Amino acid sequence: MQQEGYEIPTPSKVNYINAQYGLKSWLLTKDHKRIALLYLGSVTAFFFFGGVYAMMIRIELLTPRGDFLSSATYNKVFTQHGILMIFFFLIPAIPATLGNFLVPMMIGAKDLAFPRINLLSWYIYILGGIITIWALLSGGVDTGWTFYAPYSTTFSNTYVVLTGLGIFINGFSSILTGLNFIVTIHTMRAPGMTWFRLPLFIWSHYATSLIMILGTPVIAITILLLAFERLARIGIFDPAIGGDPVLFQHLFWFYSHPAVYIMILPSMGVISELIANFSRKNIFGYKFVAFSSLAIAVFGFLVWGHHMFVSGQSVYAAMIFSFLSFAVAIPSAVKVFNWTATLYKGSISYDTPMLYGLGFIGLFLIGGMTGLFLASIAVDVHVTDTYFVVAHFHYVMVGGTLMGYLGGLHYWWPKISGRMYPEGWGRFAALVVFVGFNLTFLPQFVAGYLGMPRRYHAYPPEFQVFNVLSSAGATILGIGTLIPVIYLVWSMRYGRHAEANPWHLPGLEWRTPSPPPTENFIVSPVVTWEAYEFAPPEEMEVVGTTHHRPLEDAPVAGD
Amino acid sequence: MSEHIVSVRIYFLILLALLVGTVLTVVAGKIDFPFHLNVIIALTIACVKATLVILYFMHMRYSKRLVWIIFVSALFWMGLLFALTLSDYTTRNWLSQ
Amino acid sequence: MAESVTAEHEVHHPALQHHFENLEQQREAGTLGMWIFLVTEIMFFSAMFFAYTLYRYKFPLEFASASNHLSLKLGAINTVVLIVSSFTMAFAVYNAQVGRQRRLVISLILTIVLGLTFLGIKAVEYHDKYKDNLIPGQLIPGHKYSPATIHLLPGASPQYTEMFYWIYFAMTGMHALHMVIGVGLLSVILFFSIRGRYDPEYHNPVEVSGLYWHFVDLIWIFLFPLLYLLGRHIEHGGTPLH
Repeated sequence: MQQEGYEIPTPSKVNYINAQYGLKSWLLTKDHKRIALLYLGSVTAFFFFGGVYAMMIRIELLTPRGDFLSSATYNKVFTQHGILMIFFFLIPAIPATLGNFLVPMMIGAKDLAFPRINLLSWYIYILGGIITIWALLSGGVDTGWTFYAPYSTTFSNTYVVLTGLGIFINGFSSILTGLNFIVTIHTMRAPGMTWFRLPLFIWSHYATSLIMILGTPVIAITILLLAFERLARIGIFDPAIGGDPVLFQHLFWFYSHPAVYIMILPSMGVISELIANFSRKNIFGYKFVAFSSLAIAVFGFLVWGHHMFVSGQSVYAAMIFSFLSFAVAIPSAVKVFNWTATLYKGSISYDTPMLYGLGFIGLFLIGGMTGLFLASIAVDVHVTDTYFVVAHFHYVMVGGTLMGYLGGLHYWWPKISGRMYPEGWGRFAALVVFVGFNLTFLPQFVAGYLGMPRRYHAYPPEFQVFNVLSSAGATILGIGTLIPVIYLVWSMRYGRHAEANPWHLPGLEWRTPSPPPTENFIVSPVVTWEAYEFAPPEEMEVVGTTHHRPLEDAPVAGD
Repeated sequence: MSEHIVSVRIYFLILLALLVGTVLTVVAGKIDFPFHLNVIIALTIACVKATLVILYFMHMRYSKRLVWIIFVSALFWMGLLFALTLSDYTTRNWLSQ
Repeated sequence: MAESVTAEHEVHHPALQHHFENLEQQREAGTLGMWIFLVTEIMFFSAMFFAYTLYRYKFPLEFASASNHLSLKLGAINTVVLIVSSFTMAFAVYNAQVGRQRRLVISLILTIVLGLTFLGIKAVEYHDKYKDNLIPGQLIPGHKYSPATIHLLPGASPQYTEMFYWIYFAMTGMHALHMVIGVGLLSVILFFSIRGRYDPEYHNPVEVSGLYWHFVDLIWIFLFPLLYLLGRHIEHGGTPLH
């Protein structure tokens, strides 16, 4: 609603955090910002839960003998680590926290298109999580997060159906989030916010939502078919009636490969924001970066067979998938080149978010390149199911997604909480995370190439030195991820108050107070500037700030 | 309101067309056609019926182009699932000589 | 000042949600949201359609034999029931658009009744399968699958007929589940229609429920020929492949 009149009231002290008090006002909220915080808390909890399993793996692998956990227990531990991290942390982390918070603000809307469905998606996420934890505490699953048939359908004696149910339910959370984002971005952009004025964060979340919509239903039906096959003791993956276990792999990876793009695309969106804004420079090749997000979303659906090179899949299909897997690297490379070109001759400030952003570029480069090695069938046959693969995907998921998540969290922290985090600690933690991460996973490339298999709790003694380095790194990484939790929580009470635009940036989310009012903007913004159009501070004011206009300009009845 | 109101007369005509299509598909199902024509005919009739439901009952004919793009994309994605997975199953035996 | 404020502040429809600028935006968002949800449903069913395609390709004779055992009469009747229910649903949306509340209520009731009829006939079919021991695997303890009642075409091996029935139950079962949800959804819409919530300006919930209902009809339009009409042409000695 445009408020006419020649004086607009200054922003009040009421914001979305203090607008209403009480548990019910949070648990029954329709405000996308509060829902984002609900997700932030739960996603963080699941991250550390999955991290506990990671520590158990790394403790076991300190020594070549399987002496800490039995092999059956170890199978359950790496399965749980994978399930918790992938489905309950990596997939929702950026979209459901930063995305939920920022998408309406960046397009100038008051909320997402379907606020109640947004809240429902959080409850579904929690329900799925509770069921999965219940399965875990009942005894867990030992099939690996990949649930391959026929082990999962016929031979495993663990809680496959219950875990599958938890993941199935959680999938709806993903679908509803993606649906909300797509409808919001199409129908609720503020006047003047054309598609090519949108921040790249929005483009990448749009692309992510496409994947969520098109891919998640397929894993849903696959899990259901798996569960029914277990319960009925016969099914479409069972050779006894002519079924093919490899069909499970096809259907599973049809979603699970695009799922990794669900994990990385939002992070890339964050990185685009960080690189451009902390170089005080317009992103190089805006349209290329925007379209590359869409290209990744589309191409990502064409490559799943590269997980199945040794499964008995046809060699000819394997060749097609290998070729397409090379093609999908191209849009990612476009982004990396454009970020680098953005940095060139930029006015770079090395604040904590930028450190994470720069770290991302290097680590994603390594992760992406090693993905190409895996896309070549000949190399893949040699390193499949070894630690080379493990190192590859941790480089993109931790070095990629986690970096973007932490960088974005710090960057938008003043907007979310109204407080600044302590910059010194921020930089320190970023460094600890970076060092710990590389120490954990770089040795794993070597160990894997030399032949150490994954998913084994014991290994030949010649691999021990790599594992000791890796476990030491994991400890440092774990500490590094704990430090931000401590100072971010600390800052909510004791941090320096942040003004509306503490970084002095042009984005629409910075044109409103920190923290924002419940309806995001005091008046509906009208956008007249480009996405990364840096301007003097007086031109980047809070939307709706008072401007005194002469009395002669006041509207008269009948105008 | 900017929405288009489809007349009941059109709905009736579509209903009749769908019923005729159903009769046709049952009759054609019992006739033995050469090659693979049986399944092609059955799927063609089904597609025509589906198109009528989508265009008129679901108002796609009077909707924005975005809706059309969304729906066609879904069909295209289903096609991707079919095509690439079948690329495995139809070529698996090529090497066994 | 007062005049410009009232000229500015239009009285908005009680159904307008405040994060939207106007009813038109709300309607557009709701419709788009339902179409996107239908996309997820298409992808959800596509995996089963694929399994059908693959195994029909692999076991054409067994699929034809098993399919011929289904009741063509009941399947065809159900198809007609669903098509007519799609018509009554479209008619309901029309009545909401022109504000004829009584006819809206009646057409919704008709649609629900037809939907329940479909489910009832389906239950009869399922019961027949149960009696013939054609429920796959050990889903029904004590009634293991047995292909004894199926007339096998020459060359068909009995154990692969179970694959057809697995797919039959999976697909029609999933479809029936969606119909149950649809009946529930329409019951809610019926309740609000009786209460007079919808008018020509605001009736988007009726429209999007209609979209969902038509979609469920669409799935059946494909299921019927694929499951019931597979092998009818070779009942009387024709070429069985595809």
